[in-house]
Amino acid sequence: MANESGGMKMIDKFNIGRRAVMGGAAGAAAFGLVGAAQAQKPLVIGFIYVGPRDDYGYNQAHAEAAAILKKMPGVKVVEEEKVPETVAVEKSMESMINLDGATLVFPTSFGYFDPHMLKEAAKYPAIQFRHCGGLWTQGKHPMNTGSYFGYIDEAQYVAGIVAGSTSKSGKLGFVAAKPIPQVLRNINAFTLGAQTVNPKITTQAIFTGDWAMPVKEAEATNSMIAQGVDVVTCHVDSPKVVIETAERAGIFSSGYHCNQAKLAPKGYLTGAEWAWEKVYTDMVNDMKSGKAPGNFVRGGLKEGFVRTSAYGPAAQGKDKADAAKDAILGGSLAIYKGGLKDNKGNTVIPAGTSYLITEPKLESMNYLVEGVIGSTS
Amino acid sequence: MDSGIGLWGVPLAMLAGAIRVSTPFIFVSLGECLTERSGRINLGLEGTLMMGAMSAYGTSLASGSPWLGVLVAALVGVLLGALHAGICQLPRVNDIATGIGLMLFGTGLAFFLGKPYIQPKAPNLGAIEFGWWSSVPQVRQALQVNHLFVVGILLAFALAWALKNTRWGLIVRLAGESVDAALAIGASVGRVRLVATAVGGGFAGIGGAFLSLYYPGSWNEGLSSGQGLMAVALVIFARWEPVRCLWASLLFGAAGAISPALQSIGVTQGYYLFSAAPYVLTLALMIATCSPERSLRGAPGELGAVR
Repeated sequence: MANESGGMKMIDKFNIGRRAVMGGAAGAAAFGLVGAAQAQKPLVIGFIYVGPRDDYGYNQAHAEAAAILKKMPGVKVVEEEKVPETVAVEKSMESMINLDGATLVFPTSFGYFDPHMLKEAAKYPAIQFRHCGGLWTQGKHPMNTGSYFGYIDEAQYVAGIVAGSTSKSGKLGFVAAKPIPQVLRNINAFTLGAQTVNPKITTQAIFTGDWAMPVKEAEATNSMIAQGVDVVTCHVDSPKVVIETAERAGIFSSGYHCNQAKLAPKGYLTGAEWAWEKVYTDMVNDMKSGKAPGNFVRGGLKEGFVRTSAYGPAAQGKDKADAAKDAILGGSLAIYKGGLKDNKGNTVIPAGTSYLITEPKLESMNYLVEGVIGSTS
Repeated sequence: MDSGIGLWGVPLAMLAGAIRVSTPFIFVSLGECLTERSGRINLGLEGTLMMGAMSAYGTSLASGSPWLGVLVAALVGVLLGALHAGICQLPRVNDIATGIGLMLFGTGLAFFLGKPYIQPKAPNLGAIEFGWWSSVPQVRQALQVNHLFVVGILLAFALAWALKNTRWGLIVRLAGESVDAALAIGASVGRVRLVATAVGGGFAGIGGAFLSLYYPGSWNEGLSSGQGLMAVALVIFARWEPVRCLWASLLFGAAGAISPALQSIGVTQGYYLFSAAPYVLTLALMIATCSPERSLRGAPGELGAVR
């Protein structure tokens, strides 16, 4: 609701009251359809977030990129936060399209894709919908929809090198929400990065069971600290609690989603961050030149979709981390290569095989690599 | 840093978890206990908890003093409790429905007003180091105790004593057991319940301040995740006895720490099951302690009476 006023303010700038637009629904629809083609009218882009956009996490990463779009000439951004993954998101999309005249909509949360976004896409074929994280398939999903995502495990690998170099106990900690492939990739890449420094290093993974469980996240961090873990990172919606708890206990931390250095001025080493502004500016430029944005957009460090946080004062092994980053940028480093064993002793990647980061098999990862203490079930 | 302490980590982590996690449960269940002993149910304490957490964080941020935050949280709790009591005193108002309404109102208002506090860092309440005698860092970490935890323990015993031994306690119990008897000694049932509900709300507000200012120690919308509701259930489990509320809260805190503690020593299978431990425990104890003859022993007589 707080966001409503933000939207109003933006509309006021163009002297079109929300009520006035509502008065002429037909006019609004026409405005929406031709908006992109007419250069003098601003390109209206809608962002929908599942949580608060200043959560130091997933939503903030998107909102920071949206803020960069706002500065582009001829672009107007409308945002709505805390939209649940229910029909509520359909209403939000419709209001952005009909009342604000949005022609490109970014529903950023995983659960918005199917069926909500697909339903709206069928209803408004002239509007472009791009979803974060969904698996868009040609032929199966409409052409005015699409998905984008980043290979953030590349950044986690680099962060793992720093964590492994800084840790004195050789024990790293990872507070994770659920054992799904995206999370497992991050845990594994972080561990594999750390193991390049010290092959004996272990990562303790603790699953809290859901994306936002502040008390459990704090408990998980504390119980790992009790077991001698001295660097923690996480994959939950908002890393704030984990990073703050680590800082209070005087151990090191590595961020996720966006930069949390402010929360831990002493112990923050580096972190794996999204760089969504790259994806969004590309797509907006496509729209401005009259093209539809890509339908299946993926990228990692090289494409500028993800990045690592600037090193904190305590970070060690910066040279090694920078070298690995350069090798990833140059395409000469494979994070997942054989013979790789999982933590139950099974070979998951046979010797001699090495996967590109784009390998589809990695998208269904269901194991934790050797050196991770934890279980996927 | 010392290496792990192996299996000993689990009971230690559970003890530490009990100390860290249980404080909001203690305050909310004591608040609810007092309210119910006066013959009123306040299901809105979840909302009060959130409002307390939000207002404490905001005050601490604005003033730089976390203790002022605790005070403001208590005041906000008193106001919400008084609001509940005031509404319930109107004719033909159901206190359960009002409580649910106030729960949603409290959480919604806290989310709305708490918007600007999600990102900033407010000063936190400190801890008392009770582990100075030990050289094991884990023990020292486990025995970092917040002042509010100590206050909660003292409050439980004080409340139990006051309910049993003071005239004030007698009147509260009378209002809860029998309106007629209370009227016969000249007590105003309405006023007694108003005060009890307001003070109970104040306790819940302090519980909220603990959440946002000590553990986990920041304001966000998932902060409570139903702890206020569980604490209300704990009162029934504790048979409306303040000291038993304390034990139940500690037990609940310890059970909540099982899952991360077991995972941290490498028992990694079945963490979803361990995460459910507090609830399984509650159910098991409820079944074990209930019997047809004495299932409602300790329940105030006026509680749930339909007027």
